[in-house]
Amino acid sequence: MSLWEYANPVKFLALSARVQPVLWVASGLCISVGLIWGFFGTPDDFRQGSTVKIIYLHVPSALMAINAWFMMLVTSLIWLIRRHHVSALAAKAAAPVGLIMTLIALVTGAIWGQPMWGTWWAWDPRLTSFLILFLFYLGYIALWEAIEDPDTAADLTSILCLVGSVFAILSRYAVRFWNQGLHQGTSIPVATGGRTVSDVFFYPLVISMIGFGLLFLALVLYRTCTEIRVRRTRALLAREGQGA
Amino acid sequence: MRWLSFRSEAARAVTLTVRNLTIARGGLPVLSGLSFLLEPGQAMILRGPNGAGKTTLLRTLAGLQPPLAGEVSGADDTIAYAGHADGLKAMLSVSENLRFWADVFGQQRLDAALDAYRLRELEHRLAGTLSAGQKRRLGLSRLLVTGRPIWMLDEPTVSLDKDAVAMFAAAVKAHLGQGGSALIATHIDLGIEAETLDVGAYKADPNALSGASDEAFL
Amino acid sequence: MKALLKRDLMLALRAGGGFGLGLAFFLIVTVLVPFSVGPDPVLLTSIAPGVLWLGALLSCLLSLDRLLALDFEDGTLDLLATAPLPLEAALSVKALAHWLTTGLPLVVAAPVLGLMLNLAPAGYGWLVASLAVGTPALSVIGCFGAALTVGVKRGGLLMSLLVLPLYVPTLIFGAEAARRGAEGLDAMTPLILLAGLTSATIALMPFASAAVLRMTLR
Repeated sequence: MSLWEYANPVKFLALSARVQPVLWVASGLCISVGLIWGFFGTPDDFRQGSTVKIIYLHVPSALMAINAWFMMLVTSLIWLIRRHHVSALAAKAAAPVGLIMTLIALVTGAIWGQPMWGTWWAWDPRLTSFLILFLFYLGYIALWEAIEDPDTAADLTSILCLVGSVFAILSRYAVRFWNQGLHQGTSIPVATGGRTVSDVFFYPLVISMIGFGLLFLALVLYRTCTEIRVRRTRALLAREGQGA
Repeated sequence: MRWLSFRSEAARAVTLTVRNLTIARGGLPVLSGLSFLLEPGQAMILRGPNGAGKTTLLRTLAGLQPPLAGEVSGADDTIAYAGHADGLKAMLSVSENLRFWADVFGQQRLDAALDAYRLRELEHRLAGTLSAGQKRRLGLSRLLVTGRPIWMLDEPTVSLDKDAVAMFAAAVKAHLGQGGSALIATHIDLGIEAETLDVGAYKADPNALSGASDEAFL
Repeated sequence: MKALLKRDLMLALRAGGGFGLGLAFFLIVTVLVPFSVGPDPVLLTSIAPGVLWLGALLSCLLSLDRLLALDFEDGTLDLLATAPLPLEAALSVKALAHWLTTGLPLVVAAPVLGLMLNLAPAGYGWLVASLAVGTPALSVIGCFGAALTVGVKRGGLLMSLLVLPLYVPTLIFGAEAARRGAEGLDAMTPLILLAGLTSATIALMPFASAAVLRMTLR
């Protein structure tokens, strides 16, 4: 049984109906456990106080923001090569989720940085790259909305995603060059994920990350199903209009 | 720079073969099972009600959109397409407009085009100052500088008066005489000996999916 | 290809405002800056390279939507798509024409505007060099953005939203080169990075732009 079977919209809807409830429950659990444990069950950091706890929102959302774009890249390629509609619609569905994740990452990043930097926003390379990613998401979503024919929209946004990915990577290096210079190290502590964080913070973080991942999957599946139903309605109406 | 300059000045004789073609507009199939031959020296008139798919057929054969199914042979670099829009730049003169297209298609002489549509006296007028009929004559004369054997025309006689229609018919006859062919969608009797193709006979069944783009959703 | 270049240049020259509009905008933006940040010469000196780069970038953006939209509306793009010229080449030529009529004049005007913003003497050479190297990239990337929005009504704003994030690397390297040069530091690193970026985009973007255009014309 190949994964490509689910390129068929009807089969995809069926699979999604079975899988979604599990995902929603699992993600709800993981996120609740992760956040509650993280916020209330861990000690304050001696240097950063309790604001470091924002890491339980910031790191998972930042991770998902990037993963969402990567998923859109893969599904866009599948659309361009194999013309599976479900793939194109999945990319369309994932974009707003990625946008919100990026927004959460930006806001939590600013909240985290405020006590340290003294301002609500600083042009730290990491945050700046996420800001650029936010703009890419906005453009991608806007293009989907602007093109009338759904297949042409899928084609154009796929190319935009490809080109955008290249420029997003380029921008990351350009931004690092712009703020830190090519050979200086980072002087501001930034979110680095679990490895440099001591164990007591680590487990809630991992659980939170898994929770966000499951939430992402659930949201994308849900939205993709909606998009599929919209296309189906359109197709039925079009046939009716032509047949009459 | 001349791309693909193996083309010679004289029109090459090419037969357009269409086999079992299915074409779509907006993702929905509009014509299916269409087959015909267009031989050198032959003209064919496309008839059918508005919205039947004549424009879509011409655009598909010209290479602007892919067909859903079927084969077309003899269409590589042999077709000169003239659609509803004339492709004229208002700020360029008549001869500058023609010169541009001649250069793009690798041809040299503008005389035949200018004379066939009596554009000589308008040669240096800016295209933006021409009347609708004159603009259409200029748009049609463009076909004569492409050097391509198969002409595909979509409602060419819009805004042409009786004299201009006669000019157009004469140009088509001359083209056919040289071994070229023409596929014309028109409601008007041009006085040219031509077969008629009624696209209404090939209307695609809306409930048959035949590779429509949203087939997967139904 | 030469024919297309000649035509686009002619059109830009004649369509009143082709050349001048970008330059005028560049001038206006430069003039507005002291009004918004105050006339302190020291402040102006420190922000001059960046502001001039930003002004040049925005001026390039302004003239982009005319790049393809006009040709789309009058049917020229359809005809170019059926011509023997590869669409990639046609788009490269159009981007070149855009640079010659918009980017290049900006490069020439920049030192004059630098005077108004009290640009440091060491900075003039680097400003011109970075703009000369960077503005071609702005044209080719802009061409991609124009291709994406060519069929969209009032697509200008959407095009800006799509193109400006793509401009970020070019702006960063270009402005950095201008800034370091103005401060008397060695600016070769960003300049070389910029050159690499420009070369890569000139080579690769036309393929993306042509693919997008074919999809839209379908």
